[in-house]
Amino acid sequence: MVKEGLLYTKEHEWVRVEGDSATVGISDHAQEMLGDVTFVELPEANASFAQNDPMAVVESSKAASDVYCPISGTVMEVNSPLEDAPELINESCYEQGWICKVQMANPQELDTLMNAEAYGQFLAEQS
Amino acid sequence: MPFIANTDAQRNEMLAEMGMTMEDLFADIPPQLRHDNFDLPAGISEQQVRDKLADIAGTNMISLTCFLGGGFYDHFIPAAVYALMSRSEFYTAYTPYQPELSQGTLQAIYEYQSSICRLTGMDVSNASLYDGGTALYEAMMMALSATRRRKVIMDTSVNPIYRMMIRSYTENLAIALAEPSCEQGMVNRDAYDRLIDDDTAAVIVQNPNFFGCIDDFSDLAEMAHRRGALLIMSCYPIALGILKTPKEMNADIVTGEGQSLGIPMSFGGPYLGFMGATKKLVRKMPGRVVGQTIDKHDQRAFVLTLQAREQHIRRDKATSNICTNQALCALTAHAYMSLLGKQGLPEVAQLCVDKAHYAYERLTAIPGIKPQFRGKTFFNEFVLDLPCEARYVVGQLIAKGFAAGFPLSRYYDNMENALLVCVTEKRTKEEIGMLAEALESVL
Amino acid sequence: MKLVFEKSVPSRKAFRMGPRDVPSSVSIDESLLRKKPADLPELSELDVVRHFTELSRRNFGVDTNFYPLGSCTMKYNPKVNERIASYPGFAHLHPLLPQLRMGGMLTQGALRVLYEMDRFLCEIAGMDGFTMQPMAGAHGELTGLMIMAAYHRSKGTQKKYILAPDSAHGTNPSSAAIAGYEVISVPTGNRGILEPEEVRRHLNPEVAGLMLTCPNTLGLFNPHIAEICELIHGVDGLAYYDGANLNAIVGQARPGDFGFDIIHINLHKTFSTPHGGGGPGAGPVGVRADLVDFLPVSVVVKRDDGTYALEYDRPHSIGYVAPFYGNFGIILRAYVYILMLGKEGLKRVSQNAVLNANYLKEKLKDHYDLAFDGVCKHECVFSPTQAMLDNDVHALNIAKSLIDRGFHPPTIYFPSIVREAIMIEPTETESKETLDRFIAAMIEIAELALSDPQQIRDAPVTTPVSRPNETIAARVLDIASIA
Repeated sequence: MVKEGLLYTKEHEWVRVEGDSATVGISDHAQEMLGDVTFVELPEANASFAQNDPMAVVESSKAASDVYCPISGTVMEVNSPLEDAPELINESCYEQGWICKVQMANPQELDTLMNAEAYGQFLAEQS
Repeated sequence: MPFIANTDAQRNEMLAEMGMTMEDLFADIPPQLRHDNFDLPAGISEQQVRDKLADIAGTNMISLTCFLGGGFYDHFIPAAVYALMSRSEFYTAYTPYQPELSQGTLQAIYEYQSSICRLTGMDVSNASLYDGGTALYEAMMMALSATRRRKVIMDTSVNPIYRMMIRSYTENLAIALAEPSCEQGMVNRDAYDRLIDDDTAAVIVQNPNFFGCIDDFSDLAEMAHRRGALLIMSCYPIALGILKTPKEMNADIVTGEGQSLGIPMSFGGPYLGFMGATKKLVRKMPGRVVGQTIDKHDQRAFVLTLQAREQHIRRDKATSNICTNQALCALTAHAYMSLLGKQGLPEVAQLCVDKAHYAYERLTAIPGIKPQFRGKTFFNEFVLDLPCEARYVVGQLIAKGFAAGFPLSRYYDNMENALLVCVTEKRTKEEIGMLAEALESVL
Repeated sequence: MKLVFEKSVPSRKAFRMGPRDVPSSVSIDESLLRKKPADLPELSELDVVRHFTELSRRNFGVDTNFYPLGSCTMKYNPKVNERIASYPGFAHLHPLLPQLRMGGMLTQGALRVLYEMDRFLCEIAGMDGFTMQPMAGAHGELTGLMIMAAYHRSKGTQKKYILAPDSAHGTNPSSAAIAGYEVISVPTGNRGILEPEEVRRHLNPEVAGLMLTCPNTLGLFNPHIAEICELIHGVDGLAYYDGANLNAIVGQARPGDFGFDIIHINLHKTFSTPHGGGGPGAGPVGVRADLVDFLPVSVVVKRDDGTYALEYDRPHSIGYVAPFYGNFGIILRAYVYILMLGKEGLKRVSQNAVLNANYLKEKLKDHYDLAFDGVCKHECVFSPTQAMLDNDVHALNIAKSLIDRGFHPPTIYFPSIVREAIMIEPTETESKETLDRFIAAMIEIAELALSDPQQIRDAPVTTPVSRPNETIAARVLDIASIA
């Protein structure tokens, strides 16, 4: 399922923009590909990332995937409940399974991301 | 032909069924790349090979009474250890990819990991690494990755062979390696106070150190942690039978050579690198790890776990390139620890201490011989300061039937007269007395 | 089954120590001692023996079952190898002895084994010098890449990239990264092999080298191999041969003749040393003449008087990759194996390994999807048919069903470029009768996958545990029982 109102990357991250803050997570497609998530390595608060830098790792029993920073900026908040309940990524990837909130350094980069429709089309082409 | 099952008749039958010749099966190799005339000997029978190898083995001198240590020890191995590790259900299996068929190996490794944790006090352990040296290197890489720093401080009292290995491995990498000199055979705290900075990933020490001296690194752990660095300790597992554990000193990663846990010396391998760490570092730990779980009928079961980060899945982003472990050696060490048990391991350790101290008294009573590091507490190795060059003395004692120790000049400057002597529980009072007499006679 | 710790009885002992013939007068200061003894088991010798014997019965090994695990070369491990490795003249030899003055003379036998093994492997691989030190295949790869880096450094160049095909063993890219290189993954062509054009497309002056397995993980020999090696040499790169699949060509052809510069050989595969449940193995590395100076120290040499010695003074060496001379006990077993088979025997090894693999391939190709048709070498790769997948029968289910029929499953889901891969490597030590039984089981499973898929999905039913939950293992992470 692709959620409306979010922006997406080709690496299957999603971004929710609120002011100059961007909440980041992985898409339903990504969590499905991974299978049961067993561990999430969260970024450190206050860490800075450029767009496309690896910022987190999501691990399942069969794979470990980097989460790439969809937009340059500084991490303001991480979703620490994921440390004890990584399954939130499977159960609620767009809501409770968010990974971190980034204060955007360069909001123009948002133009490089896909909207829900374009991402849906991207997924269709991929399969 | 030995070890090849199919007869010529069967080969022909199979080829005929496929409508092919043997040449067809290799037709994909261009003719100019084929090689026919290998310069190799003709095959020989089992009787011939056993005779030949018995002759070759006979030219290795194993009759010397061994006072040689240096991180590799001549300990007694109970017969049951060999009997158990020789079960071919263990040694002819491979990596437990199919857990249903490998519960034996998997449970043994889980128990081995548990024994290493109990011995070192650490929270977690892996299924083992190649040897003590590569284990120490992996620990260093783990610390660099966990702290995202680039500097490592390694004491010169760490086994010099391991230090040379680490230097080789880091040659092509951007890592700053400092090796402060020890002081009177012990880690010089002042040097560390100056050297540990905000870019230091780890401090690497050894206990007992290469000279046999025992230390308490609690203060060094505190010094490292205050600046965000980790403390890595390389340990001698038999000594851990009685010594303060790395955990009690607040070490973050512990590694060591597990050879002394029931594995024969075999001229340098195969050996066993063990590793323990704090829980916090578990996901940075390289190599295989076995975990306990339940199967579909809710029964206890064991599987490889934390594999998602390993090289067959994560390829160039893996935590390490290590693919296998030394499973059979880990199983051997586990059998040894199970046989010696809670009482036996401290007994062996204490026996080593007692015999080494007896030897120390005997040898330092010889006129002209002094202890190199007077007053330092040691485990089962100590350094003698001889009145002449140690390497010549050792040479003369070989002729008298002793491997009397290891001359430190090979790895340390200004220590021409220093001899590292090791005494395990296998040495007898009589052998120690004979060594003392022989040594006195050649000085 | 209980853990060994759960069988413990306070104060029970298996072992008497001693002789205790010296006074026990030494007391180490308490601040240096542990507060309480390690909580190891307290058992009798029989308790321990029963425990481990029970564990051993919960294992499949080559000695108990056919074990066609692709890319692992699970051939029979001759018993004579074990016997010889336990000779006291080898097992009790202290590794520091040759470092004593004149000590090399105390270990002539061991040095001779190392020296002759070096010569044998050079001849088998078409190389000019070997080091026995790497303790596993992946360790050999890392050693080879360190040699590669030293070579480029010696020419004053700093190169950045290693090429590896997408079908490569995961250790290739991983070793390259650990050695400080970036990896460029080159896609496999639609014939299942690396095409020279693809290599050319990915080449640039910063390429330090290429890592290649040949035959590759699909069991296919690349007829363009010499051309590919030349392309790499064209940018002053080095060609690295991953010897994981050497069993397919041993005694037939030599990687050095293809143009490879560096090679590692897995002694636990081609040369029959036991896999040990996942090690110890050995991964000696060979190089062509102008790279010999970079080999790790020490190097065994034969002097004019016929004696053997260790050389340490080698200024261009990459240094130490192992504490001593490699996994000597493993090298010794492989040496014995080569002596017994000899020149003719080794040739028949590859012939029979390839024959067995092709026989399986021909007999199974009407029942499963064959990834790439044509002659294979030591292994072949299948996938479940679409009809099986439509029935929700996957490679994993087929593997588990083989277990119930008394076979260790093939490697599954590797190489990853084949969907649902089932990778079968029978080896030369298996007989036609065993292969026929395996083929019959595979065909029966293929039929059941269509007629009674639930039975296939429920497998295995004959093992002590069934389908352990890996997700729970990874989430709970119980990796040690701590008292």
